Amino acid sequence: MSFLTGITLLLVYQLVGEVTVRLLGLPIPGPVLGMMMLFITLLARGYTPESLNTASSALLSHLSLLFVPAGVGMMVHFDRIASEWLPITLALFLSTLITMVATAAIMQLASRWFGPAPVIPEQSTEAGRNE
Amino acid sequence: MNEPAIGDIWVYLSASPLLGLTITLVAYGLAYRLYLKADSSPLVNPVLTSVVMLILLLVLTGTSYDAYFEGGQFVHFLLGPATVALAVPLYQQLSRLRALWLPIMISLVCGVVIAAGSSIGLAWILGGSTEIQMSLAPKSATAPVAMGISETIGGIPSLTAVLVVITGIVGAVTGTRVFELMRIRDDSVKGIAMGVAAHGIGTARAFQISNQMGAFSGLAMALSAFATALIVPWLVDLVGI
Repeated sequence: MSFLTGITLLLVYQLVGEVTVRLLGLPIPGPVLGMMMLFITLLARGYTPESLNTASSALLSHLSLLFVPAGVGMMVHFDRIASEWLPITLALFLSTLITMVATAAIMQLASRWFGPAPVIPEQSTEAGRNE
Repeated sequence: MNEPAIGDIWVYLSASPLLGLTITLVAYGLAYRLYLKADSSPLVNPVLTSVVMLILLLVLTGTSYDAYFEGGQFVHFLLGPATVALAVPLYQQLSRLRALWLPIMISLVCGVVIAAGSSIGLAWILGGSTEIQMSLAPKSATAPVAMGISETIGGIPSLTAVLVVITGIVGAVTGTRVFELMRIRDDSVKGIAMGVAAHGIGTARAFQISNQMGAFSGLAMALSAFATALIVPWLVDLVGI
């Protein structure tokens, strides 16, 4: 029952998100607005209901499975990808590496400059216990 | 006697969503086992192997993607509620989020701009069409978000979905090696970079390295979904494509 309540909650937030985005003509996708609304609700309530924990960890633990049908869609775009394979593959590969390296470098510098004391192992276990 | 019966069964199965859904789950199950057998080597990424297996199967049996997607859509649909579900790990990381909010925001905004800017720029330099540039631009955001953005800026949403998956695989496969070369040990830094560059597939990989890296990656993925939706259409307008 708990799982059902959790998944219902997620769907309700998604639905409210989709409807709001369409009504107000917002430039962001419905599920993202739903996520922000749920986050605000959790902040206001101060805890996550068990049902929501169950449903979200079930969905998120198999997150990569959810990308498989979209990935299979590659077969529809074979021709397109074949005709522009160089810009597609090279831009995708290099840009992903550049993004990862740059973001890591910026995060490392920024947490040194603006963050609290650097995250040392003891501190992170303590934070882990708080949850 | 037997042959028409098998033919009939095939006609029934290829028209029903059952087959598409089942082969998706079976392929992923096999791919995941293979991944565990290979000591979680990022090279046999379960998304990559299951996509390859499924495409081979569909091509060999002459099944169209549309027929497959009749069943595949049930799995695909769950991306929506899974995006909403990201609010939960985000909330659970609240204390770390509060402590590190400024560095996270800075790297997130820079990361999103770099992801979109470098993919548009590189595709342009390499002679890619505008459609391809626009389809690549949101590739580091999670699939439903990226597809929505691709549509608004003039890309091909279904191609973007494919590029998003490949981006995630590239990030998941190369990530650990890249962080080793950069000598980064802090899991919060690795997680943020993984989530910004390689969304959910990177996050799935990050959770295998450590819970902290996974949580930060999930956090970065959720925030960058939001940031990409806000920044990328504006960025495209700015460079005037």
